Amino acid sequence: MAMEEMITQYVKDEYLEDDDDAPGLDDPLISSGIVDSFSMVSLKTFLENKYDIKIPDDKATPEAFDTVRKIMALVREYRPEAQ
Amino acid sequence: MAYSDKARSQYQEILGGLSEKGLFKEERYIHSMQGVEIEVEFPVGKGVKPAPVLNFCANNYLGLSSHPDVVAAAHEGLGDRGYGMSSVRFICGTQDIHRTLENKLTSFLETEDTVLFPSCMDANAGLFEAVLTPDDVMLSDRLVHASIVDGMKLCSAKYDTFKHSDMKHLERKLQEFQTARQRMIITDGVFSMDGDTAKLDEICELADKYDAMVMVDDSHASGFIGKRGKGTHEACGVLGRIDVITTTLGKALGGASGGCVSGRKEMVEMCRQKARPYLFSNSVAPVIVAGANKVLDLISASTERRDKLEWNTNYWREGLTKAGLDLKAGNTPIVPVMLYNAKLAQDVARDLFYEGIYVIGFFFPVVANGAARIRTQLSAAHDKHHLDKALEAFTKIGDKYGILGLKKDEIIAKYGM
Repeated sequence: MAMEEMITQYVKDEYLEDDDDAPGLDDPLISSGIVDSFSMVSLKTFLENKYDIKIPDDKATPEAFDTVRKIMALVREYRPEAQ
Repeated sequence: MAYSDKARSQYQEILGGLSEKGLFKEERYIHSMQGVEIEVEFPVGKGVKPAPVLNFCANNYLGLSSHPDVVAAAHEGLGDRGYGMSSVRFICGTQDIHRTLENKLTSFLETEDTVLFPSCMDANAGLFEAVLTPDDVMLSDRLVHASIVDGMKLCSAKYDTFKHSDMKHLERKLQEFQTARQRMIITDGVFSMDGDTAKLDEICELADKYDAMVMVDDSHASGFIGKRGKGTHEACGVLGRIDVITTTLGKALGGASGGCVSGRKEMVEMCRQKARPYLFSNSVAPVIVAGANKVLDLISASTERRDKLEWNTNYWREGLTKAGLDLKAGNTPIVPVMLYNAKLAQDVARDLFYEGIYVIGFFFPVVANGAARIRTQLSAAHDKHHLDKALEAFTKIGDKYGILGLKKDEIIAKYGM
């Protein structure tokens, strides 16, 4: 599964209700309140396990996790080959 | 000068930003005792004469904040035991009445032991780090109170969250963390913004199945939820199965200040030995302890006040529903009137104030974006005529804004989110 699809699916399953639409690539997640900054720990853990990376706490900011596109960019900092 | 112009302008810019976003909190001054009929100055500092209004936004659920018996007991405590302790508990700050109150709370909540804290905020700030280690995991409902979030941040244990009251999601998380040394499920008993109740019976079943402890903040429940008012654990039929409860003396239980951790005796003792807000802040003042001891006597002797609160809650919910307002479902004295749009919530609250009804509009980030509301709160001190007057006002203002009979989608279509 491509990274965009995988992250989008995870955000939907983890944070949204069954009848909610999946987020778009640039839809704000944290600044819109869909994901609160405290709950984003599960997304960070998911990414670390899925891509076998370690995202330092100072990089795991609400801004860096605010859209699927930004999350993908963050993952690629540590796993450039990830698609 | 250490406080430079640059520093001043930075703060001014931040504060100005809050105002621009409509997030600047303005206090109203109450010129009377806390109660149902109060005198409120708003806006403040502009020479406006305090207005008589009915209070529908206090956590004064049992109407004990200014109850004559509680005030008299506090006076007596002040005379007998003085104003302050000038010490933390373990140096020279424990009077016999502190331990009496802890024992009364233990008996009322049907737990094993209790330790007082300066506030429930402090209890939640100190609990987790005192009883958990980096080998443990905290699993918290996503809508828990901010003080729990802060307490979890101060704790070295791992943490994760589950969707609000979603037991399937919680079960997945429990499965995910089965290798942790300890698991602690963390929830509010009654959620303060929505007024709904945690599914403690199902949570306890999952806790048994997956070997987890259960922690409940029952600040919006202690004293009135459950047939004897013991709290959410009583209402859900799980008395004795909650491992640790935190609650406050600042709401139904007299409304002054102070909180506690109550639960398994070893966990309570761990807090007494290790919880930093307990170790490093002053004892609860004798005057408050004396008042709270009287509160526990009153609510242990009779359920009259919680029974009246229950009647008021049902009457209020039925009245608002009949008027055509959109409510969050529930059966607690927290009754949110949903307006969805932040400006609408503020406008309706302001107009209600001028009708003599004191309520507050809540909006993002206090509640989710697009979920603005007026949170009404009932009290045993409300009488039927108070409720009838407020229902009349809500109907009048609801009609002014054309929202009576409208459901969520229709209100959003009319006013936006």
